[in-house]
Amino acid sequence: MLLLIPLLPLLGFLVNAAIGRRLARAASAGVALAAMLGSLLASAWAVLALAGLPEGSRAIVQQVAPWIESGALAAPFTLRLDPLAAVMVLVVTGVGFLIHVYSTAYMHDERPSEYARYFSYLNLFAAFMLVLVLGANFPVMFVGWEGVGLCSYLLIGFWFTRKSASDAGKKAFIVNRIGDFGFLLGVFLIWVAFGTLDFQEVAGLAAQAPPEAAFGTVSLAALLLFAGATGKSAQIPLYVWLPDAMEGPTPVSALIHAATMVTAGVYMIGRNAVLFAHAPIALGVVAAVGVATALMAGTIGLVQNDIKRVLAYSTVSQLGLMFVAMGVGAFAAGIFHLYTHAFFKALLFLASGAVIHALAGEQDIRKMGGLKGELPVTYWTFLVGALAISGVPLLSGFFSKDEILWKAYAGGHTLVWAVAVVASLLTAVYMFRLVFLTFHGSRAGASRGLAEAGHDRASGGGLPHAGGGGRLHDAPPAMAVVLVLLAVGSAVAGYIGVPAALGGSNRIEHFLAPSFAAPGVAASGEHGANLAEARGEMVPGSGPQGEGGLAHAGEGGHGSDDHAAELGLMALSSGVALAGIALAAYFFLRRREAADAVAARFAGLHRLLLNKYYVDEIYDAAIVQPIRRGSERALWKVVDEGVVDGAVNGAGTIVSGAGAALRRLQTGSMRAYALSIFVGVVVILGYYVWR
Amino acid sequence: MVPLGHYLFLSAVLFAVGTVGVFLRRNVITVLLSIEVMLNAVNLAFIAFGRFQGSVHGQVIMFFVVTVAAAEAAVGLALAIALFRHRESLNPDAFTSLKW
Repeated sequence: MLLLIPLLPLLGFLVNAAIGRRLARAASAGVALAAMLGSLLASAWAVLALAGLPEGSRAIVQQVAPWIESGALAAPFTLRLDPLAAVMVLVVTGVGFLIHVYSTAYMHDERPSEYARYFSYLNLFAAFMLVLVLGANFPVMFVGWEGVGLCSYLLIGFWFTRKSASDAGKKAFIVNRIGDFGFLLGVFLIWVAFGTLDFQEVAGLAAQAPPEAAFGTVSLAALLLFAGATGKSAQIPLYVWLPDAMEGPTPVSALIHAATMVTAGVYMIGRNAVLFAHAPIALGVVAAVGVATALMAGTIGLVQNDIKRVLAYSTVSQLGLMFVAMGVGAFAAGIFHLYTHAFFKALLFLASGAVIHALAGEQDIRKMGGLKGELPVTYWTFLVGALAISGVPLLSGFFSKDEILWKAYAGGHTLVWAVAVVASLLTAVYMFRLVFLTFHGSRAGASRGLAEAGHDRASGGGLPHAGGGGRLHDAPPAMAVVLVLLAVGSAVAGYIGVPAALGGSNRIEHFLAPSFAAPGVAASGEHGANLAEARGEMVPGSGPQGEGGLAHAGEGGHGSDDHAAELGLMALSSGVALAGIALAAYFFLRRREAADAVAARFAGLHRLLLNKYYVDEIYDAAIVQPIRRGSERALWKVVDEGVVDGAVNGAGTIVSGAGAALRRLQTGSMRAYALSIFVGVVVILGYYVWR
Repeated sequence: MVPLGHYLFLSAVLFAVGTVGVFLRRNVITVLLSIEVMLNAVNLAFIAFGRFQGSVHGQVIMFFVVTVAAAEAAVGLALAIALFRHRESLNPDAFTSLKW
């Protein structure tokens, strides 16, 4: 049953890859959509079955096949659905399916063979992500882990005739490989330390020891795994591929940012929650990196002018917040934010895709403006997404972001909390800068932009789908439906996690709790106490989820105090969100010249942000160029041309020289041959006679 | 009775004479004759050994060699005629095309 979930998209991929070029557009899109829909239904069915199980033992395991068996190492190809995987599977298939639907309209100008290629990649992406999510041990997860890396390369470089696109694809792949190397080392270390690669067993073994006070094996393993997560989930120092990934088609950006790929790192840490919980040092690093990334990406996002690039940095920033949640031990809050983020980020990307589609490929927000009237569906849905991501009360982002901030604050990580609050202020500002510049005001450079953009994109196989005469056309039905659905999702998705302070019961946290506890905790009180102690130490005030994981700390003895504090923080962060929006409204709606004045005032800072802190340049100078020079001067000129070519050419020279010498012996004269035979016989006989 | 050493010495001398003839003479037919001398030197050695061992094995081998020598002479002379027809020469050093 579980196998169907990744298998259907894989079949869709195979069909489109094998015969897609001979199919009409409708047929290849139909195959891909059917595969995703089937997968979605299978997931829904599986999750319903899971929810029907008793609370303590919610897991469905399916061993598909024995796989790697070598000595003590046994890694069967096993899929496992538990509450954490259930949330992920629904996000991947649900949002993924909507993105597939949207793509049928967005990619409609591609040639049929390209269209099929696009959908085959999309299906493969979903299939690998589902393997990653459902894998019950590290090797199976690694298959999906590498697979999504491959698919991101294929899809980011989809318009590979454009050099920037193929470069961006390569960059994504290489940067991810660097992280994957750390991940692999982490897996090796776990194998050495625990002797198993099964998530459940690792968690069980890790839970037996108290959390590491000093830096030890578990901390190192967790940090190595986290290195892999920084690659996949675009954290410092490996976030650089994600903004460049905007070279891919917009629905691909949505897929990468919302449903697949970047969530993998967060998920992986959630999957190994017990391991990380026993490595406080590693958790501290995770939180620090997360908050630094959130702040850095937020500041960069403030000044970028490409609509998709702003969204990309906002993703990096939001992922940073998820890692903050992971780092302060609030795993459920991180996954909750991942889940709500999937809705509004997919929505924002797809809505921006609709804008780009309407403007025939224009992505520069300085050339947009006043689109509110012409693209009403896009505008309203985008607005919902922007409100949700900014953390405006009662939308989904509010609940999840607030949960993270509250957990960080309650855990005593005041500095982390403060920076995260600043980051969420930045989020509100840059999101509404985007809204105001794109949809409000007047479209000054628009006509000029249209001409240029059409010219730009036609060469890249992009979207020669100009708005025609005067009026732009709003999103076509397939896109509009998806936008509306995602907008509804962005608005209401948070209500499964209403915190106790607001009179809710935070259902998602209770649902997820067993996934973050060591196996058998609910059964044996001893381990439960151990774990509760471990987690309580890290996150005082957050829920020690023993015994079915129901107890929320706030509901404990000092409940009313905590509730008051939590409510206060909520009011604060709502105020921050509204302040951010107001700030954006002042600068980008009312007095745009004031924004320019500020930019001119802090010209150096502005340039620094516009150039993304020169990180790409620094990496280029510190890593890429030395490698290139070393490769050119040492490896190419010396090793390749000298040693490798020298060996091959030398072998040839020796053979031909020896041949030239030996051919003199072959005179063609019978008597010379006879003489040499005679001499040979005499020598041999002489040897045997007189030896 | 003449001792075995004398026979063998004569055989060796004949063999050496034949060999020198093969390598030095400038006529293919003479070369063939020299080969014949070498074969007969060997025959002499076989018969002498056979005689001194009191068996007929040496003579049996000698007959084989004589038979083969007759065949060799037939083929060799035919080749000599064919060579002469093609090259107008019987000098063995004139034939140097036996190479790549």
